[in-house]
Amino acid sequence: MNPTSQRLILPLLLAALLAFPSFGSDFYVELVAKTLVLAIFAMSLDLLVGFTGLVSFGHAAYFGIAAYAVAMITPKYDPASLWLALPAAIIAAGLAAFVIGLFVLRTKGIYFIMVTLAFAQMVFFLFHDTNLGGGSDGVNINFKPDAAIAGWAPFDLNEPGQLYYFIVAALVAVYGVLKLVLRSPFGRVLIGIRSNEHRMLSLGYATFYYKLAAFTLAGALAGVAGFLYAVLSGFVTPELLAWHQSGNVLLMVILGGMGNLVGAIAGAFAFTAMQEAFGAWTKHWQLAMGLAIVAAVLFLPGGLSAIPARLKRAMTGEEK
Amino acid sequence: MSHATPQREALLVAEKLTRRFGGLTANSNVNLTLERGTLHALLGPNGAGKSTCINMLSGDLPPSEGRILLGGKDITGLSNHQRSRVGIGRSYQRTNIFPKFSVLENCRLAAQSRRQQPWRIVKDAVRDPDTLARAHAAIAEAGLAGREHRIAGQMSHGEQRQLEIAMVLATDAQVLLLDEPLAGMGSDESAQMVELLKRLRENRAILLVEHDMDAVFAVADTITVLVNGQVLESGDPDTIRKSPAVQQAYLGHEGADHV
Amino acid sequence: MDFYSFLIQSLNALQYGLLLFLVASGLTLVFGIMGIINLAHGSFYMIGAYLAFALTSLTGNFFVAILLGIPLALAFGAALEALLFAHLYKRDHLEQVLLTYGLILIFEEVRSLLLGDDVHGIPVPEIFAASIPLNDTLSYPVYRLVISAVCIVLAVGLYWLIQRTRLGMMIRAGSHDRDMVQSLGIDINRIYRTVFALGVALAALAGMLAAPISSVFPGMGSQVLIISFVIVVIGGIGSVWGALIAALIIGFADTFGKVLLPDFAGLIVYLVMAVVLLWRPEGILKKG
Repeated sequence: MNPTSQRLILPLLLAALLAFPSFGSDFYVELVAKTLVLAIFAMSLDLLVGFTGLVSFGHAAYFGIAAYAVAMITPKYDPASLWLALPAAIIAAGLAAFVIGLFVLRTKGIYFIMVTLAFAQMVFFLFHDTNLGGGSDGVNINFKPDAAIAGWAPFDLNEPGQLYYFIVAALVAVYGVLKLVLRSPFGRVLIGIRSNEHRMLSLGYATFYYKLAAFTLAGALAGVAGFLYAVLSGFVTPELLAWHQSGNVLLMVILGGMGNLVGAIAGAFAFTAMQEAFGAWTKHWQLAMGLAIVAAVLFLPGGLSAIPARLKRAMTGEEK
Repeated sequence: MSHATPQREALLVAEKLTRRFGGLTANSNVNLTLERGTLHALLGPNGAGKSTCINMLSGDLPPSEGRILLGGKDITGLSNHQRSRVGIGRSYQRTNIFPKFSVLENCRLAAQSRRQQPWRIVKDAVRDPDTLARAHAAIAEAGLAGREHRIAGQMSHGEQRQLEIAMVLATDAQVLLLDEPLAGMGSDESAQMVELLKRLRENRAILLVEHDMDAVFAVADTITVLVNGQVLESGDPDTIRKSPAVQQAYLGHEGADHV
Repeated sequence: MDFYSFLIQSLNALQYGLLLFLVASGLTLVFGIMGIINLAHGSFYMIGAYLAFALTSLTGNFFVAILLGIPLALAFGAALEALLFAHLYKRDHLEQVLLTYGLILIFEEVRSLLLGDDVHGIPVPEIFAASIPLNDTLSYPVYRLVISAVCIVLAVGLYWLIQRTRLGMMIRAGSHDRDMVQSLGIDINRIYRTVFALGVALAALAGMLAAPISSVFPGMGSQVLIISFVIVVIGGIGSVWGALIAALIIGFADTFGKVLLPDFAGLIVYLVMAVVLLWRPEGILKKG
């Protein structure tokens, strides 16, 4: 997708998202809301994989930590304040990413993939084996966060419709933050690191700190997604941090074509659509999913976002 | 070659640089002085240790022994990105650019490294006037004006070598470490590059590692000949040309026809 | 902890570490020589365990099951390399991650279709079913000693294969310089296929050996996969001996962790990894 067509398509997509609750059924509104949460998650990972060239296979850790932060901060018989829970979730995820980043960013290539996975697994066991968050059974969040500021509530997250719009707003905000970051000198350095890290070093950039900042930011934004997921589902389990979750979000990023934020959103929708379509068809939907992934790698390098270009090439080829 | 000012300013000084790889000594007690306004060429047969030497100067490789001074300050402990920040720029033997970026973006990134300001998230990187001015100046100085928007990876080999130098210039480097900038160039491109090197020398110190004898003797103010990791001879081109040791050890074989 | 409990835990740790080594050695060889990250390697362990279960049920004899299982695993590995992995050598790590992740989903679902999702057990074969009494209350099962012995024999065999045979020479050369090996006129593809099949067979054998003591259950593959990653990271990519040392460290850390700090059992191996990474980011033994 080139920039001009993106500029046209984006407002249309946003309008469609905003209008959706007025004609979609409750089931589909919740499904789309869940997909939008995954889209935020995928965009945050794309900052690492697509723009900085860091293939993190442990991104679910930050998603899950934020979700657990919501669970822990919510009292048993009262809602927590949104204005406390949301920053707490983001900071917890960002802080974890910062500390883990100090370790994993010492490694490169295959090592990096394995070490990010291993650290995420460490966090998984932290919640799975200890009583920190209810152990392997997980924990309920009995009340959705309260948006009231000094008694005045601008919106109510208990209303599914309002929660949906809150999630859309978060998606727009995260997209905006990432666009801004990528346009800034900092973002340009990340893209340079992806292209040729050694050259960035010899040009005088201390790339480690840039990567650490990117890793922390990506973790914090994954925390936004984790927060929303916890609020939406009202239930948090260690499965949120499991490595399948990290694999799935990586899959979304790759499906959408890396280094493309709109692609990451499309990847999240494609993933959900595949899950629903295969799930309706067979109990063993993961088999179809696995076959689709293997076929995609073998026959479709470049992801979904490369399809238009490939079609175009195929069509102009036929016209000749 | 006697355009140098009477009071020469030593910018980069290497003292007794030694590098060992396991049992192998790649560089042994190498002394080098790079002066502002001069071009210092490093000659030597393959395997003489030229790459090791330039890698130690640029900070890509830590020396086993010896020290490196920049303007009298010890910089031996600085890593490659820190050396770049204090004014040492390097080009690579194998073209080392951002192939998918435009010429301008390659140089803009280089220029941006002087004022990094990563915390300014709301700033639009490609509109920073100061950085852009440096990038354009470097492109012009390297002779690439008019080609700012070409994609680096799609340019000719010679143009890519020029771009590599433009990137070093965009970092405002005072010391240029150029690793075979003429490698793989045609004769026209070579001649252009030699002219460029002469211009660049004016207010900088240059270390040139090069195989092309004609070019070296045409531009160098000082030549150091490295053999088996040791300095065999160092002096002005005439001294080197007449040195029996150099003739025997090096020029006698591959270079004799050119001298 | 008295002496006999300590002895029992040490023997368990040794046996667990050696079993992990069988899985991790294949993984590290495939990383080191072919430059491939294979997430599906843990599935081979799972497949081995289910093979042992299915073949024991069919033939009624665990040893026959193993004897049938090994050639099946070798053939499976060779076929997988020829059909899929041979196309991955020139792709980047991301695509390798993706394809092998898809393979895990396929393997797990095919397993579920063929054998269901139940947890199964295999009885310990009768000749090894005894236990050696240590004192009045404690005894040690013979079968666990047998596992350790088999693993040690295999480790020695692997050492001999890599250090002393022509194939081993080519493997060592191939992990240093692919182009050189090809310029010597050696068929690198055949080496790759052999190494890959060997890795699959070792992981599957580990699964088969473990089946009588650990039960056979869905998800057993991913558990072993991630621990094997930790071992490869600690040992250094491509280093079989690094993997051996690391596997033993992990075996002991995990076993004693479970006894001494039961609340943090799952965390300990990862803490060990974090410490090693701080100390040596490239692993204990670098590739070589």
